Amino acid sequence: MHAIREAVLLLSLLCLSVMPAYAQSDAPLQTILQTHADEVAKPGRRSVSVVLDDLDASGLPNVLPFLEAWQEKRIWQREADGVFFLAEEDDDDLNLRDIDTGAEDTALKDGFSQVKPNGGVRRVIATALVKFQLTDPDLDRRSTAVAAIARRPDANQLEPLLASVDREVDAALKARKVQLANFLSARFADSTEDRIAAIESLSSDTSIEARAVLNQILETTSGVAAERPDVNIARILTPGTDLSVADAYAQLVDAELAPAATPSTVIRAALEANITNGSVAGIPTAELDNDAARERAYAALATDGLVPPLVTSSEQSKAADAAVFYEAYKEKDAAITDVAARVLEEVEARVAFAQTVDLGLDALSLASIYFLAAIGLAITFGVMGVINMAHGEFIMMGAYTGYVIQLFVPDYTLSILIALPTAFAITFAAGVTMERLVIRHLYHRPLETLLATFGISIALQQLAKNIFGTQARPLTSPAWLDGAWVISDVIQISYIRIAIFVLALIFLVLILYVLKRTRLGLEVRAVTQNPGMAASMGINPDKINMLTFGLGSGIAGIAGVAIGLYAKVTSEMGADYIVQSFMTVVVGGVGNVWGTLAGASLIGFLQKGIEWFNPSNTLAAQTYMVLFIILFIQFRPKGIVALKGRAAAD
Amino acid sequence: MHKSFIFHNPSVLWFLLALALFTMAVTVLSEAFGVGLVSTSFVKTLGKTLCLCLIAIAMDVVWGYCGILSLGHFAFFGTGGYAIGMWLMYARTEGIVAASLEGQAIPPTPQEISDAIGTQIFGVVGSSEFPAIWAFADSLVLQLLMVVLVPGLLALVFGWLAFRSRVTGVYLSILTQAMTLALSLYLFQNDSGLRGNNGLSGLQNIPGFEDTSQATISMVFFLVSAIALAAGYVLFAWVMSGKMGSVVQGIRDNEARVRFLGYHVESYKLFVFTLTAVIAGIAGALYYPQAGIINPAEIAPIASIYLAVWVAIGGRGRLYGAVIGAAFVSLLSSWFTGGGAPAINLGFYTIQWTDWWLVLLGVSFVCVTLFFPKGIGGLFDYLVRKPS
Amino acid sequence: MKLTTKFSALAAAALVTTSSAAIAQSCAEPIKVGVLHSLSGTMAISETTLKDTMLMLIEQQNAKGGLLGCELEAVVVDPASDWPLFAEKARELLTVHEVDVIFGNWTSVSRKSVLPVIEELNGLLFYPVQYEGEESSKNVFYTGAAPNQQAIPAVDYFLEELGVEKFALLGTDYVYPRTTNNILEQYLQDNGIAADDIFVNYTPFGHSDWATIVADVVALGEDGKQVGVISTINGDANIGFYKELAAAGISADDIPVVAFSVGEEELSGLDTSNLVGHLAAWNYFQSAETEANTDFIAAWKDFAGAERVTNDPMEAHYIGFNMWVNAATAAETTDVDAVRAAMYGQEFPNLTGGTAVMLPNHHLAKPVLIGEITEDGQFDIISQTKEVNGDAWTDFLPESAVLTSDWKDLGCGMYNTETKTCVQLTSNY
Repeated sequence: MHAIREAVLLLSLLCLSVMPAYAQSDAPLQTILQTHADEVAKPGRRSVSVVLDDLDASGLPNVLPFLEAWQEKRIWQREADGVFFLAEEDDDDLNLRDIDTGAEDTALKDGFSQVKPNGGVRRVIATALVKFQLTDPDLDRRSTAVAAIARRPDANQLEPLLASVDREVDAALKARKVQLANFLSARFADSTEDRIAAIESLSSDTSIEARAVLNQILETTSGVAAERPDVNIARILTPGTDLSVADAYAQLVDAELAPAATPSTVIRAALEANITNGSVAGIPTAELDNDAARERAYAALATDGLVPPLVTSSEQSKAADAAVFYEAYKEKDAAITDVAARVLEEVEARVAFAQTVDLGLDALSLASIYFLAAIGLAITFGVMGVINMAHGEFIMMGAYTGYVIQLFVPDYTLSILIALPTAFAITFAAGVTMERLVIRHLYHRPLETLLATFGISIALQQLAKNIFGTQARPLTSPAWLDGAWVISDVIQISYIRIAIFVLALIFLVLILYVLKRTRLGLEVRAVTQNPGMAASMGINPDKINMLTFGLGSGIAGIAGVAIGLYAKVTSEMGADYIVQSFMTVVVGGVGNVWGTLAGASLIGFLQKGIEWFNPSNTLAAQTYMVLFIILFIQFRPKGIVALKGRAAAD
Repeated sequence: MHKSFIFHNPSVLWFLLALALFTMAVTVLSEAFGVGLVSTSFVKTLGKTLCLCLIAIAMDVVWGYCGILSLGHFAFFGTGGYAIGMWLMYARTEGIVAASLEGQAIPPTPQEISDAIGTQIFGVVGSSEFPAIWAFADSLVLQLLMVVLVPGLLALVFGWLAFRSRVTGVYLSILTQAMTLALSLYLFQNDSGLRGNNGLSGLQNIPGFEDTSQATISMVFFLVSAIALAAGYVLFAWVMSGKMGSVVQGIRDNEARVRFLGYHVESYKLFVFTLTAVIAGIAGALYYPQAGIINPAEIAPIASIYLAVWVAIGGRGRLYGAVIGAAFVSLLSSWFTGGGAPAINLGFYTIQWTDWWLVLLGVSFVCVTLFFPKGIGGLFDYLVRKPS
Repeated sequence: MKLTTKFSALAAAALVTTSSAAIAQSCAEPIKVGVLHSLSGTMAISETTLKDTMLMLIEQQNAKGGLLGCELEAVVVDPASDWPLFAEKARELLTVHEVDVIFGNWTSVSRKSVLPVIEELNGLLFYPVQYEGEESSKNVFYTGAAPNQQAIPAVDYFLEELGVEKFALLGTDYVYPRTTNNILEQYLQDNGIAADDIFVNYTPFGHSDWATIVADVVALGEDGKQVGVISTINGDANIGFYKELAAAGISADDIPVVAFSVGEEELSGLDTSNLVGHLAAWNYFQSAETEANTDFIAAWKDFAGAERVTNDPMEAHYIGFNMWVNAATAAETTDVDAVRAAMYGQEFPNLTGGTAVMLPNHHLAKPVLIGEITEDGQFDIISQTKEVNGDAWTDFLPESAVLTSDWKDLGCGMYNTETKTCVQLTSNY
């Protein structure tokens, strides 16, 4: 083996010594590449087309495999002589293949450099590949080609695309091709009738691509003119209402329809340039510390002809009022833009509806996350009146359990299935331990429970840091939870969020069942309503409290696995949810599962609602939500679903 | 009245004596006024600790005496700090801007000066306009008034709403926590006009005293903090020793009964809540010029919880307990996290206190709550008082 | 337990002496180097690595014979991610421990906290992290990237190479994203991108609910323009963001994302198989193929553990420390003013090839690299510029375009070139 490699090396060295390494007649593709060697080795999005044009013109059969290899970074260049090879990495070696002949060879990686076209170039190559791939027998290649067209729609793709539609055998891809052909005809078809027909057909399509087509047809440029110009005008802007007078005047200046305005910095500079003997135009500089005096001095300079005259603001608005500010379509045919505008309006109405639905889904998902995080707390806080500040840390423990199990069980589906009950078991045990050791002693001192559990919370958090480090840990969802359920381009929700929603539903049903239909539930409710009376009826409140606390903590552990899957696993993740969870419980009303559901829904939908009003600042949404909760509790101190009678007192 | 108040509270005298001795000792040992054995950075630490003691006694009054576990008193501490910080930043920047504009041929307009100051202060956070809340930042008197007014009004409005709706117990605790969370989230936003996450910085440079060394400035702040603590202590001890104090402690022990006796419980609670908020604001206004920087992280909910921790460890319902708790825990905390505590080698594992201090604090906190509900102060009582 | 037990043993002890017998004891006391990085709290994750880097560099220097015939001694303190504590610890380093130089800080707010102290006591600080600029202190050398060494080239790449026409600037709500996005907004508008085509969003630290924001970004494509995301999202909020991106099936071909705060460390908390092709811009990637980098990585793994990765701020400390050593050798003293004068024009080879030069504005000239995320959580470098001069005051905001920093000849960090005056000698904090 070793000997062979040496022989090969020797051979390639021999080849090197008799330059050139390739004979032009045997290597037509290499020759083309060598004429553009720099561009092939370091291609740029704007400049790479020269290479592609030449390759296209050559008509060589091996252009297609080369382009594919180039796109996938499988082309390497030999540093010594600049020859390009198809190559596969193999540790320190490269398995080389000659671009023209396909002759195979092996060499050390050291003398070669990989050609890495960037994302923009790869997209251009993909477009160039379209015509080869569109009719390729391989379905994957045809799909790639169609995707490339969708990314960079181009007028000259319309014909090949239309030609390929009839021969398409795959039904889904055929539908996609028809759709794309429709998009392309709406923009690039020759006759107005064809275009209008294509545009009309888009009215039921809410996809982003369809809207993109319409918006591109309706693309406008803004302009200004002394009189209404003869173009396809979209709308006329009125200075003062549609755009500010200052902006309008600036546009006039840019269009050279008015003299430049004189901002205060220019006035100042002009004054400074014209100081004579400590005064400007007879006004001492010491008096020039206000705008009125400066303008007077400037006006005086202007009368002397030393500076251009001052353009006052009234002159500016007069000039702006006299001119016509307009937006004009780039498309010259008004018939087409009229239809497109009407269709777009219809589409936008549908999109607005779809966006509302999507926001509703997001809100529902957020509500289910809050519910899942808070339901364990609702049980301990609501049923037992115990504030557990370490609840967030139980969530964290659940998430880390998931992480640790994934370390040992590499199959993600299996590991999640193991993690859920394990997390429940571990946090159940932790909850019971905490109840036995600490909380049991503090039942009559609720404020102190709060502080003691806070002590446990900081200790647990720091312990997690000491064990797992401060770095976020990966908790990866199984492949079947990857991706999203796509109803349309606008309405979609990721599977992991659906899974969390389902999990929340399961817990809702489960807890309701346990509380309403089982012996344990009956006893829990009895202890909740009157511990003394329950005890005298033969129920052991100690045991009930312990089990309830364990149950609440166990659910937190499961919530932790779910939250870790969709977000992150860090030692501080519990702290992120604790305040939110308390608010969910308090807003909803203590001691009632339905209350928690109502609280989570209210907070989830409210937060998304506020975000919708101010999409650029998520932090503001959170602030206003907390403020709302504070006010809400003032007016409804017992929450949305208030328990009646003595149980509601703290 | 005054005589009997001191007579009934010999601990006040003892406390004042101890504080005076401590202050004198630090002064004598300081770099600025003494032999230089205590470094300036330690003087700053001590001065800040005194401010923390001041807010701790405020917390003790509201929790230990009145039974309201407020988890939001650092919000008042922080607003006090922001109020004074705004003047400090404005005045310092104004000085710099005035100096840089001085040599120009044409004197600047008021607008130009204001713009330049705005750019200097807000350029850091990518804006340059003065938000409306900076309207009074140029006046020390008005901003000093803000130190008292802003926390006071905030507490008054919040307390009025909360007590009126009879929100009590853990609900109130969570509500106060929500308040401080909302405030810190608000301040975290750049749009709040207080420089977002960066907060206000360079506060240790006092305008007008550019040539005074930090050693002297920090000693002055230390002494002022000591005086403020003494005054606050006497004030609270006096308020809590009278009839007012009895009613307030009655509310703590049984709110319903006090209400049936005809007292307007809400007014008493509101008074205590607002008064302690004002004192917290003053403590903050003294603290942050020593810390040098204030930002929203300072008033995150966790800070207020720590405040409760100090008071609980020190011992509730006794003012000196709060002082002991705040001083003890915060100094111990900086000793442990500062690497002062030696690592313990267990052979198979070495305990680093930077890593394990919080675990220790958390666990000891649980223990104090469980086994020593009266805290360190309770131990003190046990030693001083004869068993009855 | 924690895998770094080896030096957490050193961490707590305030004084760490890395002794070496090779050093001739020509001086009475060792030269003290302050290390001001958080070892606990939220920033410990990032800053502990830099503390370890400093310990390694000092150990290496001592093995080479120390500095000026003296041994170097690291003084490590823990400001615990508490911004006021940074100021306190900096004062302690300068007055109690009397260190000659400080290497430290990560967040901008911690730097702003330290600035007044360093300037008051005339200390020397090397700051290794990419930051928002708009600052120049006589006492600080900025070895990380200024916006024009990271953000602007990355945006150029988006405009030129990826043909992006519509931008989503997503950031965590704090000063670095705010200022950087401000500069970028102006820069994009100067380059013909309409204000309506720039979407800006700020989220809190540790944000995890990204569905709506990702949907908003996708919706930007509705007018047929190529959309790109410029991410200044910080820390572990990135995990939720990238997970949501992957779930929504957004490939780098559809909507490319370039991040300024995501490095090798951050990616280790993620499964990157769905993120291949998304980008990051830095001055250094671990995957850079040079001999110096191979040696550096080998030394680091040897010192800190085989599973550790290297990152951009580590290279910044590597360059900064070596420049300081060379400057002190040239000045024949560690006196701050003398070293500062010797720093200007110092050259030192980058780990990514080329040479870093210290400019009179206390910034470095460094190359800018753009990398694509690969499946193994590393970056494939696809673009590397020539050295770019760091600019303290950006040219793209009107109020700072007139400012310049030159501590060598003008002796001023905030010099107004229009009025020809020095606005201030201290920095703005």
